[in-house]
Amino acid sequence: MLTAVIALAALALLAAFGLAIAARVFAVPHNPKADEIEEVLPGANCGACALPGCAELAKRIAEVKADIDACPVGGESVAQAIAVIMGMEFEGGADREVALVLCKGSDQVAAKRFFYNGIYDCNSAALIFGGDKACTYGCLGLGTCAGVCPFGAIDMVPGGLAVVDPEKCTGCTKCVASCPKGIIRMVPASRKLHILCSSHDKGGVARKHCKVACIGCMKCVKAAPEGAITMDDFLAVVDYSFEIPAEVAAECPMNTIVVTGEAAGACEEPSAAAGGDA
Amino acid sequence: MGSGRFFGGIHPSYNKGLADSSAIVEMPLPERLVVFFAQNLGAPSQPVVKKGDEVKKGQVIAEAGGFVSTPVHAPTSGTIDSIGIYPSPVGVDAPAAVLTPDGKDEWFEGCSVERSSEGLDVGQIKEIIHDNGIVGMGGATFPTHVKLSPPAGKKMDLLVINGAECEPYLTADHRLMVEHAEGILDGAALFAAVIGVGRVVIAIEKNKPDAIEVMRKAVAGRQGFSVEAMGVIYPQGAEKQLIFALTKRKVPAGGLPMDVGVLVHNVGTALAAGEAVRYNRPLIQRVVTVTGSGIREPKNILARVGTRFEDLVKFCGGLEGDAAKCINGGPMMGVAQYSLDAAVTKGTSGLVILRQEEVAQFVSDACIRCARCLEACPMRLNPSALSIFIEKMRFEDANEYNVMDCIECGCCAYVCPSRRPMVHHFRRAKAEVRKLQRKTG
Amino acid sequence: MEDNMEGKTPEEKPAAGVAAEKPAPRPGPMPKKAGVGPRFVVSSSPHVHDGRTVSQIMRLVIIALAPAALYSIYIFGLDALRVLMISIASAMIFEAISQKIMKRPVALRDSSAVLTGLLLAMNLPSTSPWWLIVVGNFFAIVIAKQLYGGLGYNPFNPALVGRVVLLISFPVHMTARWVTASRFGTDAVTTATPLSRMKDSLATLGHIDIAFGRGEIFDLLIGNRAGCLGETSIVLLALGGLFLIWKRVISWRIPVMFIGAVWAMTGIFHLFDPAHYADPSFHVITGGLFIGAIFMATDYVTSPVTKKGILIFGAGCGVITVLIRLWGAYPEGVSFAILLMNATTPLIDRYTKPRVFGAVDTKKAAA
Repeated sequence: MLTAVIALAALALLAAFGLAIAARVFAVPHNPKADEIEEVLPGANCGACALPGCAELAKRIAEVKADIDACPVGGESVAQAIAVIMGMEFEGGADREVALVLCKGSDQVAAKRFFYNGIYDCNSAALIFGGDKACTYGCLGLGTCAGVCPFGAIDMVPGGLAVVDPEKCTGCTKCVASCPKGIIRMVPASRKLHILCSSHDKGGVARKHCKVACIGCMKCVKAAPEGAITMDDFLAVVDYSFEIPAEVAAECPMNTIVVTGEAAGACEEPSAAAGGDA
Repeated sequence: MGSGRFFGGIHPSYNKGLADSSAIVEMPLPERLVVFFAQNLGAPSQPVVKKGDEVKKGQVIAEAGGFVSTPVHAPTSGTIDSIGIYPSPVGVDAPAAVLTPDGKDEWFEGCSVERSSEGLDVGQIKEIIHDNGIVGMGGATFPTHVKLSPPAGKKMDLLVINGAECEPYLTADHRLMVEHAEGILDGAALFAAVIGVGRVVIAIEKNKPDAIEVMRKAVAGRQGFSVEAMGVIYPQGAEKQLIFALTKRKVPAGGLPMDVGVLVHNVGTALAAGEAVRYNRPLIQRVVTVTGSGIREPKNILARVGTRFEDLVKFCGGLEGDAAKCINGGPMMGVAQYSLDAAVTKGTSGLVILRQEEVAQFVSDACIRCARCLEACPMRLNPSALSIFIEKMRFEDANEYNVMDCIECGCCAYVCPSRRPMVHHFRRAKAEVRKLQRKTG
Repeated sequence: MEDNMEGKTPEEKPAAGVAAEKPAPRPGPMPKKAGVGPRFVVSSSPHVHDGRTVSQIMRLVIIALAPAALYSIYIFGLDALRVLMISIASAMIFEAISQKIMKRPVALRDSSAVLTGLLLAMNLPSTSPWWLIVVGNFFAIVIAKQLYGGLGYNPFNPALVGRVVLLISFPVHMTARWVTASRFGTDAVTTATPLSRMKDSLATLGHIDIAFGRGEIFDLLIGNRAGCLGETSIVLLALGGLFLIWKRVISWRIPVMFIGAVWAMTGIFHLFDPAHYADPSFHVITGGLFIGAIFMATDYVTSPVTKKGILIFGAGCGVITVLIRLWGAYPEGVSFAILLMNATTPLIDRYTKPRVFGAVDTKKAAA
């Protein structure tokens, strides 16, 4: 009994000794400021700053190798807090940007070319003729962007369409990179009027492929302030440096233009009618 | 030689009986042809015609876009109606010229004139093969003149003419061998002369006894030629597997057959190259097997490049009611089509139409690790682990497990009881790995 | 155009894969009017399949187990039938409930739950009370299988986890209440299994004292002995194994390596010291070695996939079994051995990665 106790005690001492030495030998010099900064960072390790994780960014900021507002996710409040830690001034940056899916073509309104049978992933589906939608520009609806979003800000509405919740979106741009169709765009959160289409098809073709496609009729271009909406190869594109009055949306004969902000998402009307519950 | 066996492989239902005894029939000119500008692996060819142009049969309508590229020729005489985007049978939407034949089928000046190949040097022969747009007709469409130009210092000692035709359903090469043995051998002799090898093997799977017999008779008088009857196992016709079965030589991973001194050409390519040199005849038609249970009268058709699948199907009596899948090529490696608007290219060896009940559907159940895919993989990969990595987007791991060596033969997916879309996964991973490699240089 | 857009019925939504995290879309029904809407199914190659499915494989294993299961009813009577029924039913119920709760598609049709229930029952004594069977199946299905993600994701053989939990928690029920085999259990009397008799004799007498003559060997082979339901009849289990090998469900590698390792290792000890170490044939045909080697160690999900790995796995199972049988506290070690080797499966797979065809020998290339 006694030997056992002594043996165990000796073993414990030995281990403790070893640990103490290891802690000295392998010690990593620490910057206390980095720890403090890491505390105020969001901690999602999302990679939006293009660094491997929040700890790395905190280290860089502490070493003045990165700007105090380098975390696009944290936004102004985090930058402010970091500024206090670093003893710097934060002047306030640009408007917060959020992701927007420039497509409104759920299965209820957009035609399909074939029955896709394969991996449930947009990038994989895009390998086969670019996807099953007749419109080759539209959202494939398999939710790859929703899968990569670290903040759960992207919903897949019934009928297969990704919709970003601007409240939850932190602007990390991960979804932008994940979309094989390249139809997710970063837009200022303060702007509410959007043209939700990416199709460069001519009007007739676009209309055939999708009931809510931009057909390039120019009505919105004329109704909006000069230069706020421009035509790019049969597609109306919003210049977000302009403030566009909400009435312009009513001009669109295809119902492609939406005004967000009042209630929830962008694509309520058509999906609610035909989609049913998921 | 010949009795050798490679690792892995499967024994699918071949269903070759649907068309293997029907002689090649030439199809009458359809009302319009859709000729894709990109018809070879490598750099896409550059169009040189515009809407409204009158062209003659054999006239160049797209020039080679680089060394690894070939010209494309007008399959008949007529008018370029329009140029637009059409579903290319290889799985992308691509630019093509729509040609309305004038019915005269007139050759362009200098085309299809018999001449002697005596006195032509190696460079001239390669130039003729290039100018006539010859590409690998087994389906890969790799430019033939490039394959015939091994870097200096590569010692070649064997030419294999690939008549294995291991893809189920397809019988185009089979019929070619039965009906055009001499032409194939002439082309083979030409290849052998160009790369300077004395030994030529015509490799044919044992399930084509008539082709073996005809070829054996045809090679009788030719020095250095022989016919090997190969075991019936898929993918016997895959280059690396075929070379191993014939010679026990292993093409190094990431390498080419020339690294072990072997050159492999498809029987159709040999025939086309031979005719190109002898008659200055560009590659504007090929044999297409139109078959499958979804087609009324399966046939082997000599069709012009650009013949729409719709017209092929009509020529074969039309679709059976519930035809649900239309495949350019064989069912193991072919590309499913969404529309019969696609058209024959130089690589279209067959059009297989399957009915609803025959279509294998992927469901992506979890891998149960049964290891059947490891047994079937002719490249000795671990498809099970690979597909699991790729599902989790771990593309670096997939690269470490040699996903780039996958030949996309489909054996793993064929045997997978969980019906996982293995090849689809691997194609995705290859694209991602290439992206990563480009990034890191 | 109109028809095409309304065509999206609920059934047409991507049907869920049986146990996949991400469901794969299946093609919907063909459109009624020709020429309207999509006509073809488009997928990556290959477009044909050999037709084998997971549930087919499971059913084949169940068929292979059936003779031994029926024989257990013959020798242990209705008690055996009771154990089998309770076990299979509770396995299926647990499977369905947990899949419902975890919002996975309920996939009873793949028969994997039936197989787990059957295998667990085969590993229980005929005297097991109903609650013991239910608890065992709870651990097998809910803890060992569904909590890990369901079929394909479980690192340990579910039936064996169930059995070992019971073995450790309820040793009296699991190891002390054996009855002899008799026709339909009519004149069964309490007895001990051959392996525990061996171990007991070693402990009390200092040497092993087992009767192992020609008659005993015959009894052991046909299963005329005490033991768990399914482990008794060596002949029927071996027949089941041959059936599975013939049907190409399992390969010979794991059973042969497993049983061979047990035979070879016990043989060496027996050669040197027959008084303390029993005949290797005795070791091979007693206990749960056959059912373990043929039906449990060969479980796809929990055994390696590489050829070399499979050989290592089989041999490792055999060695650990012998270690436990000869020097462990339990008379039988097959279950523990398989579970321990299950834990090493990812490691084995990693280090036995097959060499890709045409792999360039890096050492040679460097030299």
